[in-house]
Amino acid sequence: MKIEVNGDVHEISAATVQDALAELGWGDARVATALNGEFLPKAARATTDLTDGDRLEVLAPMQGG
Amino acid sequence: MRDFYGVVLDSPLMLGTAQYPSPAILEAAFRASGASVATVSLRRESGQGQAFWDIIRGLGVHVLPNTAGCHSAREAITTARMAREVFETNWIKLEVIGHADTLQPDPFGLLDAAETLAAEGFEVFPYMTEDQVLAQRLVDAGCKVLMPWGAPIGSGLGLNNRYGLKTLRAAFPDIPMVIDAGLGLPSHAAAAMELGFDAVLLNTAVAQAGDPVAMARAFGMAASAGALACTADPMEPRDMAAPSTPLIGKAWL
Repeated sequence: MKIEVNGDVHEISAATVQDALAELGWGDARVATALNGEFLPKAARATTDLTDGDRLEVLAPMQGG
Repeated sequence: MRDFYGVVLDSPLMLGTAQYPSPAILEAAFRASGASVATVSLRRESGQGQAFWDIIRGLGVHVLPNTAGCHSAREAITTARMAREVFETNWIKLEVIGHADTLQPDPFGLLDAAETLAAEGFEVFPYMTEDQVLAQRLVDAGCKVLMPWGAPIGSGLGLNNRYGLKTLRAAFPDIPMVIDAGLGLPSHAAAAMELGFDAVLLNTAVAQAGDPVAMARAFGMAASAGALACTADPMEPRDMAAPSTPLIGKAWL
């Protein structure tokens, strides 16, 4: 299915958010996720299914003022 | 000394982590300044986030995540929730920006977001104007720290409304307050501390200086000097001169 990850369209085979992160190379990364604009806690990633057209945001620590 | 949600800081300097010429200079600036808090943000993972997090952890300071760039309460609330999970802290520097040119906080969105986040157990540091009415509403919403601006973010103008800041300080004697944004020189930091504020937060003035490490050290010294001066009970200014050297005993020449 096609989902949008950080603004770019990706073709993925994973069914859940957790598997999608692993597929995208972020399996062990310290990241926070939001699905379709809502915060998705880490603990809910394994039980949250993806559907075609979902928007996934994957955020990481960055410089800030 | 006023504490920040139970945390007593070693230094009244809070320093941003953005815009440094290199990660090595960022680290050196933090060490030179003695800053006790580092502000950080969350952005789309581009491959650099993990290394940056290692640098920040190595600084050994308190981490204050921000919601920079958020223009609505909804965006800021979601960002705060994500930040809490990644940075493992209830602290959040809550920014809800209301105007693109001045980056002035949107007081209405800020209050909305602060109410929601405080109810969820966040320890909110609201980036606000020096408005006393807003301050009271934020305190009522559960904020135990206030962060009035000195001047617009990145402007380096210093304390734009000294009178407003002074009256705000006097109106909330028990609330820890940080002057956040707009400081350009160490003298601005000292002035803020002399007014009785509990800390200063800055980024651009250090990161964009020709020598960020030296400027970081200067800001650390100035903030500490201002804090010490405040506790030393400064003299009242007067309009007319008053000789400091005794007149008695002066020779008749």
